[in-house]
Amino acid sequence: MATTYTETELLACVASHMLADNKSVFVGTGLPMIAAMLAQRTHAPNLLLIFEAGGVGPQVPVLPISVGDSRTFHRAVVASTMHDVMSALQSGYVDYGFLGAAAIDAYGNINTTVIGDWARPRVRLPGSGGANDIGSLCWQTILILRQDRKKFVERLPFITTPGYLYGPGAREAEGLPAGGGPYRVITQLGVYGFDEETKRMALVARHPGVTVTEIQSNSEFEIIIPAQVAQTEPPTGSEQRILREIDPTGLVVGR
Amino acid sequence: MEILDEGAGELVGWRDPDENREWVRANKSRALKDKRMTVSDAVRRFVRDGDYVAIGGFGHVRVPMSLVYEVVRQRKRDLTVAGKTAVHDLDILIGGGCVSRVEVAYSFGHELRGLSPCGRRAVESGRCKVVAETSNAGYQWRFLAAAMGVPFVVSRNLLGTDTFKKSSAKKVRDPWSGKPVCLLPACYPDVAMFHVPRCDAHGNAQIDGIIVEDFELARAARRVIVTTEQVVSDDLIRREPHRTVIPFYVVDAVCEVPWGAHPAQMPYEYYFDEEHIRLWLQMSASEEGTEDYFSRYVLGVQDYEEYLERVGGIRTLNRLRQIEQYRPPLPEQE
Repeated sequence: MATTYTETELLACVASHMLADNKSVFVGTGLPMIAAMLAQRTHAPNLLLIFEAGGVGPQVPVLPISVGDSRTFHRAVVASTMHDVMSALQSGYVDYGFLGAAAIDAYGNINTTVIGDWARPRVRLPGSGGANDIGSLCWQTILILRQDRKKFVERLPFITTPGYLYGPGAREAEGLPAGGGPYRVITQLGVYGFDEETKRMALVARHPGVTVTEIQSNSEFEIIIPAQVAQTEPPTGSEQRILREIDPTGLVVGR
Repeated sequence: MEILDEGAGELVGWRDPDENREWVRANKSRALKDKRMTVSDAVRRFVRDGDYVAIGGFGHVRVPMSLVYEVVRQRKRDLTVAGKTAVHDLDILIGGGCVSRVEVAYSFGHELRGLSPCGRRAVESGRCKVVAETSNAGYQWRFLAAAMGVPFVVSRNLLGTDTFKKSSAKKVRDPWSGKPVCLLPACYPDVAMFHVPRCDAHGNAQIDGIIVEDFELARAARRVIVTTEQVVSDDLIRREPHRTVIPFYVVDAVCEVPWGAHPAQMPYEYYFDEEHIRLWLQMSASEEGTEDYFSRYVLGVQDYEEYLERVGGIRTLNRLRQIEQYRPPLPEQE
């Protein structure tokens, strides 16, 4: 059945499909929460949610407003400490890290700190929060952001959180745990991965109705376009219904 | 140990561990004594101009707001604040003119609610200076080092980024694996403030729900003020000692402040007051609005009880309790 859906619903559903059952995910505020909750209510009932303020393994009843909200430890297995969950991240227990971002470059590095000069910024953003820890220490980072030429940039004013830094082997050379890094980037236009050889962003799938030209023209840097590009699955009616249950007031999903 | 790189951020809150041990020996009483006092006395005695201040809880969760408002009321100045996911508390302190410097993990934003006009204005105009960057784990491990009494802890975050370059961390070669690692310097705030659900008169404080980094921070800070929903008997604490997160010997003041986290959330007790947070975000969009806010809710009230009346009194507070405890509202009267 053909259904209509919003961009946010599409992003949430595409993101949720990436989270496999019986894996662990470190969840940031907003869309990442929605996607993880949706996954838990559909194909991944045993997805282990971990929140940076200490919530571990909750059965989240309704969208938390903050990663410290008591809903992040509702019917949880542990209401723990930041030291505990950050150490779990550092010691390899966390499969996915799920982040939003203000801007990204071709290597999946992200900026959430500042626009303009650091010492005298044009726009001061909140900073790393737990993002640097997640991008440094989880196995696979999944990033969600809106895509345009101001957000997909050649050169970030500030690298808050590491992607592949400046190319293959850079993370390990700097001392970050081996084998981590960005896995997928999800935008309103498509889904991206990273080329094995260069660690630069490559298109994996485009959303229904989106052209490759649109994808390229909404990025300042060149996106690698493979011969075969898949198309993402649009949200189903049942997924849309669950999204509304998760976020009844439409805080993230929209009214 | 070979130093490979170092951040250019200012080192704030650091002390030589021996100097701090001596200070602890001389200044932190191990006597079980009654430390109850008013919020106003606690701030007067334990918060000083120029202090490095860190506040417990996380974001808008379990934040000692009565102390934050009192710091503004007493016009404390030139504070350096730990932006350890400091949100509403830091915003109010900046708006109140108390803050000149911040070390940032997460600040000037209200998560899903948007960026903070007040914090941004202060930083973008240069009135408030960001002295260093770090991350949430970076901050809490700095407190862990201080709580352990060691000069630094080793970590594997921050490396390779501008967050590292503007931090006070150093990159060194691990003598065992030969790999680069990050050293996070210990951080000893001058004063830390907490809000908890229950605490005895001596300062043994228990927390329900996530502890965040309050365990480490309370042990890292030189002076500690605890506000509590309820002062309970020593006996009640001793019946469930496994719940105690902050022990009396690190605590200097205990203040009983019911609803003491408003408009922040108190887990299991009351929810965020979204209306009030929205009001602050709206009013703080301009300098005049910020001043109005302070005269209406902070400077223009005698104490926290009067503030609670101004924000809607028991009716508002009960509604927040209902939401937090997932209780459905009463059916409409016929």
